[in-house]
Amino acid sequence: MAIEQDEIEKIAELARLRIPPGEINELTERLTGILALVDQLQAADTSGVEPMSNPLDAVQLLRPDAVTESNQRDAFQAIAPAVEEGLYLVPRVIE
Amino acid sequence: MQWETVIGLEVHLQLATQSKIFSGAATQFGAEPNTQACAVDLGMPGMLPVLNEEAVRCAVLFGLGIGAEIGLRSVFDRKNYFYPDLPKGYQVSQFEAPIVGKGEFEITLSDGSSKRIGITRAHLEEDAGKSLHEDFHGMSGIDLNRAGTPLLEIVSEPDIRSAEEAVAYLKTLHSLVTYLDISDGDMSQGSMRCDINISLRPVGQEEFGTRAEIKNVNSFRFVEKAIHHEVERQMDILEDGGSVVQETRLYDADRDETRSMRSKEVANDYRYFPEPDLLPVVLDEAWVQSLRETLPELPVEKRQRFESQYGLSTYDASVLTDSRALADYFETVAADCGDAKIAANWVQVELLGQLNKSELDIANSPVSAEQLSGLIKRILDDSISGKIGKQVFEAMWNGEGDADQVIEARGLKQVSDTGALEAMVDQVIADNPDQVAQYLAADDGKRKKLVGFFVGQIMKASKGQANPRMVNELLARKLV
Repeated sequence: MAIEQDEIEKIAELARLRIPPGEINELTERLTGILALVDQLQAADTSGVEPMSNPLDAVQLLRPDAVTESNQRDAFQAIAPAVEEGLYLVPRVIE
Repeated sequence: MQWETVIGLEVHLQLATQSKIFSGAATQFGAEPNTQACAVDLGMPGMLPVLNEEAVRCAVLFGLGIGAEIGLRSVFDRKNYFYPDLPKGYQVSQFEAPIVGKGEFEITLSDGSSKRIGITRAHLEEDAGKSLHEDFHGMSGIDLNRAGTPLLEIVSEPDIRSAEEAVAYLKTLHSLVTYLDISDGDMSQGSMRCDINISLRPVGQEEFGTRAEIKNVNSFRFVEKAIHHEVERQMDILEDGGSVVQETRLYDADRDETRSMRSKEVANDYRYFPEPDLLPVVLDEAWVQSLRETLPELPVEKRQRFESQYGLSTYDASVLTDSRALADYFETVAADCGDAKIAANWVQVELLGQLNKSELDIANSPVSAEQLSGLIKRILDDSISGKIGKQVFEAMWNGEGDADQVIEARGLKQVSDTGALEAMVDQVIADNPDQVAQYLAADDGKRKKLVGFFVGQIMKASKGQANPRMVNELLARKLV
């Protein structure tokens, strides 16, 4: 399975990755190579195999519903680029 | 052309836990910004989620409440999108293997008919934070207190056909989740938010039309308005021969319109994959069974019981079973005063009337069930009339004590003393010789009407406190 250049551009946009135009070709080739490996995996007969969601043979442990964290806002906000009135400030996003 | 509206709803329900779904931070509403957002909620490197057992219990209770298949093995997935109030860049949700599978429940419409609405699935996920777009020097403010709050996303089948059905569905759902005590259901605090999928198709056509999704509608009234608007918008497009674009729209309550959210168009590819930081959640069948045994009486069962046990109409029974607290209140009053119909009447008319007027919840009613039943008992034993009862109720509402105290303090006790009543009756008869003559000359049928005049005069003279039954008896004896 080959991947098209426009698909790479779309995925890059969704992942917020900036790909310099000069690198798209090389990236397309390398991803196509990886997908060839996936094709090989796809060829394996998996009928009757239950999909694996985690490689560990274990199940999720649950924790009791209790508040164990205290307010550490000052510590967290000390490393934030911009804060005001207790809020983290980010470049404006609006619908 | 005749169009049929097809609606499916996705409801995001905040579960009533103390702590977040994957962290030990508090979930309390209204805290100072970012004081309830810990390293896990902020998506700090190296943090690992640990699942809250109470969120799992709430989800399973919901599944049992709608008779759904419970996913004994459910899996968390990452739903990837970028938005500043989602610090990790993905939301932990469930995609392939949700905790609750297919179920259904019944809604009752205003004409008394009922309809079953299918539930496709319900899955656990974490909430995002909140973006504030007010003026921060051209920047947006982010509050992550809500990030990581446990949500149950409840997805309905496209079985809903009108705004009325949609609202009935939401009200029924609201009632169900508050009965189950898995959410406070407070829509004003965002505990229940709704996405509406809506499309039109020509009546008789099997295939669905193209749908638009309206995001984040947070009141019953807005759901109704948003649907009306969207139906009209789509109908205009289709009638003009155009086609509806599949897109996400936002309902703007201020302008009462829906508009396109352009940014979502490119982003509608969430690239789900299994969350590697969490293991599959495996539930023990015996544990699910033990939860099933703790299910409370649910709204539909309670309504049916109220109809048969108390002889109430479907409408009255559904009003009184709207919330568990109201139903309990009514049952306390009914049991204590011994007359369910009068109890139902007082709870629905006086109590709910005042609560609505004061925008109070039954839990905050100034008049307790015991107080209301104390009042009804005084009406039943003829100490006061129903009319005076309303005065007493108002006094109790204003904190003047219980019924006996109000009746005593205000001197409202009905006059049932034969001597005193007889004197009043004699006086009225003596004062109105013309009416007496008229009465005596009339036949039985007319007398019944004419006697009302004398009763009225006596009630006036007694300031409404004469016992009407005794007054009638005395008049019948004396007017001869």
